[in-house]
Amino acid sequence: MKIVVDLNRCQGYAQCAFLAPQVFEMHGEEALRYTPLAPEDQSERVRRAAAACPVQAILVEEEAGPGVR
Amino acid sequence: MSADLKNGRIVVVGASLAGLRAAEKLRDEGFTGSLTMVGEESQLPYDRPPLSKQVLLGRVRAEDTGLPRRREVGAQWKLGIRATGVDPIGKHLVLADGEQLPYDRLLIATGTRARPWPNPGEGALDGVFTLRTSDDAARLAERFDAGPRRVLVIGAGFTGSEIASACRERGLEVTVAERGPAPLVGALGGALGALAARLQLAHGVDLRCGVTVTALNGRNGRLTGAELSDGSRIEADVAVVALGAMRNTEWLAASGLAAGPRGLACDAGCRAFDMYGIVTDDVFVAGDVARFPHPLFEYQMLSLEHWGNAVEQAEVAAHNMVNPGPLRRPHLAVPAFWSSQFGLNIKSVGVPTFSDQVVIAQGSLEERRLVAVYGYRGRITAAVSVNRAKWLEHYQRLIETAAPFPPEPAAVDQPASSTPVPSDVPDPKLLSHGPTVALTGHQPDRRLTLMRWSG
Amino acid sequence: MAADTLYRRITDHANRADPYPLYAELREHGVARQEDGTYLVGTYHEIAELLHDPRISSDQRNRTNPDEFALGREGMPVSFIGLDDPEHDRLRRIAMRPFGPPHTPGRVDALTGEIAKVAEQLIDSFRDRDRIDLVDDFAYPLPVTVICRVLGVPREDEPRFHAWSQTIIDSFDPTPGTDPTERRRAGLDARSAMGEYLGDLADHRRGRQSDDLLTAFVNDPGPEGGFTREELMTTSVLLLIAGHETTVNLITNGMLTLLRHPEALDLLRREPALMPRAVEELLRYEPPVQLLPQRSPLTDVEVAGVTVPKGSPLILVLASGNRDPQRFHDPDRFDPTRQDNQHFGFGSGVHSCFGAPLARVEAQIALTELVRRLDAPRVVEDPPPYRRSPILRGPRHLLVEYGGTRP
Ligand SMILES: Cc1cc2nc3c(=O)[nH]c(=O)nc-3n(C[C@H](O)[C@H](O)[C@H](O)COP(=O)(O)OP(=O)(O)OC[C@H]3O[C@@H](n4cnc5c(N)ncnc54)[C@H](O)[C@@H]3O)c2cc1C
Ligand code: HEM
Ligand code: SF4
Repeated sequence: MKIVVDLNRCQGYAQCAFLAPQVFEMHGEEALRYTPLAPEDQSERVRRAAAACPVQAILVEEEAGPGVR
Repeated sequence: MSADLKNGRIVVVGASLAGLRAAEKLRDEGFTGSLTMVGEESQLPYDRPPLSKQVLLGRVRAEDTGLPRRREVGAQWKLGIRATGVDPIGKHLVLADGEQLPYDRLLIATGTRARPWPNPGEGALDGVFTLRTSDDAARLAERFDAGPRRVLVIGAGFTGSEIASACRERGLEVTVAERGPAPLVGALGGALGALAARLQLAHGVDLRCGVTVTALNGRNGRLTGAELSDGSRIEADVAVVALGAMRNTEWLAASGLAAGPRGLACDAGCRAFDMYGIVTDDVFVAGDVARFPHPLFEYQMLSLEHWGNAVEQAEVAAHNMVNPGPLRRPHLAVPAFWSSQFGLNIKSVGVPTFSDQVVIAQGSLEERRLVAVYGYRGRITAAVSVNRAKWLEHYQRLIETAAPFPPEPAAVDQPASSTPVPSDVPDPKLLSHGPTVALTGHQPDRRLTLMRWSG
Repeated sequence: MAADTLYRRITDHANRADPYPLYAELREHGVARQEDGTYLVGTYHEIAELLHDPRISSDQRNRTNPDEFALGREGMPVSFIGLDDPEHDRLRRIAMRPFGPPHTPGRVDALTGEIAKVAEQLIDSFRDRDRIDLVDDFAYPLPVTVICRVLGVPREDEPRFHAWSQTIIDSFDPTPGTDPTERRRAGLDARSAMGEYLGDLADHRRGRQSDDLLTAFVNDPGPEGGFTREELMTTSVLLLIAGHETTVNLITNGMLTLLRHPEALDLLRREPALMPRAVEELLRYEPPVQLLPQRSPLTDVEVAGVTVPKGSPLILVLASGNRDPQRFHDPDRFDPTRQDNQHFGFGSGVHSCFGAPLARVEAQIALTELVRRLDAPRVVEDPPPYRRSPILRGPRHLLVEYGGTRP
């Protein structure tokens, strides 16, 4: 699944980094780093992380088939 | 009339962040006509900010930064082909292969490209890179994987500083050469520039400020090092030219639109101006390529190289493309961007270069946790936080309401002394790299806004 | 009725089951000054601004008339929830070190299996019954077991710290007009006792290896230096109380809400993947922390046209902001699939809840399992009896009957 975080909105609450630590990672206290293409086995965690983000900064696109353009 | 606007042919030139978000918004707003996306790069839209961060660290592959979609866009994609001109009278776009694409409304979102090394022969040496596209990042990351002995970063703006940060995190030796007095001064002024310099030194960057790179040396076509204006030489097997960006407007030279080195001028509703400063009603602009007036900054035309601006302006442009006059919206968002480097999260709202003074309102430079507030003639025009993002929306509100500068001296985590100092924003000509925000005067007509680059 | 009695009415236990009409009244008035000079704010945008406004302090010492009992006492000062930056930030970072990112990113994720196990065992024990008290039989023991595990507190000591915890929470019951002195003193005593208890536990962990927080606090202070013993005591008390007196209400309020909305319960039974969003909606719709009574301005601050004088008590009614029609579409509707949902369930800004990820995971697991395993559940008494506190609001008991349990 593809992910993008609006890092202008992100305030470093780290909810995503708690809930999907293999995909979202805090670099220092506040800078968020993430894997823009997350493996499918992380999708449930990523969905939890996106739901939990207090500023709704995480956009996730579920596996898009080649037809979806 | 309005029903017409929801139909017809829309062509978007530039299939990156602004182009994609505009396409999604067009469909959200009920556009049912034909939508064509033209992009010079062969990839589907991808995200650039990770290129200088996760990708250079080797944690994410360059080809894996594809942008997620907010919805299906139902577009015809013409990728890997360049638009070479617009005929505004015949209303068609001309592509490099000669194809003419008719449009009813056109969105120009061709962004910027990396400013190349001025000496083409030196720039062609193996080991010399720029960083703008995913291909650039893939090549550079591969070179970093191979463990170069020393990387030279030319220009210490945001991109250059992030590259240096990635190098140090990977344990690579890095020299940063910057013509200005410190890293990031062009965007953030003197006080935070000094912090950025201390940060780089603390992380083991060989930082050289107040110098220019006068020559890149090579042997057998490979980079071996560089000469600096202070007479010193350094050995390096990789050099990254981070001298800022150039607007992709040359292809519009014969279009009659107000396009120049500072971008394509448009009104607050993202409608492009023609070369006489008359607004068009079928050509729209969004993203890094746009130059637009902003009421908070005395209606000066702004050119921004910010991710958030590309998204917001694309949404406004798309809305206005499919709605009649009275329902149109202005693009008034306060400029905002972030950068992460050396473990710090730097966020900015407003335009820090539109300032004469700055004050540390919370935290301190020593702790590397702070909010700096910028003022221009007694009102607040910008704020920058370093690892203090949770307060920033307060300052954004102060900017939006043109609150007096300096801000009230009552805040939690207030420094012992908070006296405003000059913001020390240098003339862009003194920097190695171009500014990522440029105030470009009041005139949409390109002939009045020619920019002279001195290298 | 007059707006200046709103706080009295909100805190009146008679209104606990449904305070929402009072919140609507509060929003009508914008900022409501109370008889005693306290200011109440209940509109979303104003609360959001104030939670990010550096002129607003969480430290009682900045009040013109500080509540002396809220200042802690010698040897047991205020914990970081009642301090401002930079002290708040320093202590919160030290506490975070063994609990979450950046230093220990996988901690909460690694607990999910254990939490699921606790939930499973609790529900297993319902098998031969047809009625439970959801609070005593499930919603309370689950988070207590978890926070004990996280902190490193023996589960069997629960009766001791539960009594302290109750006394502490009752002590900051803000019901105006009741005489707080005796309750406050008892609260301080209980806090000191709990602090000593946790401090002693930590002392015994010195040099030991274990993944609990108390052990980490004494053995791995980190580059900035760890807690003093005093700081360790106050922080651990904060974590133990916050960790089990809030989540119980999220689970109970959550199940009650689902039982009142059978279509939502059915939906979640069919599609458990919707639970994360549903929990966010519960945090908006029935937030366990209804209001923040701690704040006060460091200077005169204008809020929605009203000047709140420096040093006045400023109360942010989160639960009211969560129902503000200016912010949320159809706010009084419970919509477990709501997308645009930036609620205040965990506060916002620098003091936003430290334990939120843990609470989220606990509630998601708890409700998923209850929904999945209880056949035809129904509430016996609606509304149920509520706890005393207007701040940490939730049922004291919630009797639920059901047809049976599934494996
Ligand atoms: C390495 C890097 C790091 C960054 N980090 C940050 C950051 O941390 N924070 C931040 O706020 N911003 C950051 N940015 C800036 C951000 O990525 C840009 O603001 C954003 O990409 C602008 O989007 P755009 O769509 O306007 O333009 P672009 O992304 O530049 O896209 C323009 C597209 O148009 C195409 N094109 C150009 N000319 C033609 C033509 N004639 N015909 C057809 N197609 C054409 C180009 O090939 C390109 O694909 C970063 C940029 C880079 C390069
Ligand atoms: C559903 C459960 C929970 C809810 C609704 C909740 C809610 C809140 C709220 C609203 C605040 C903000 C206080 C303020 O701004 O003054 C807060 C702070 C806090 N919470 Fe929670 N909480 C919950 C669970 C937990 C758990 C499980 C823990 C511990 C592991 C915890 C620890 C804390 C701490 C330490 C603070 C203070 C943070 C600070 O001041 O920086 N909470 N919580
Ligand atoms: S949860 Fe949201 S705000 Fe927090 S770090 Fe992740 S993206 Fe940023």
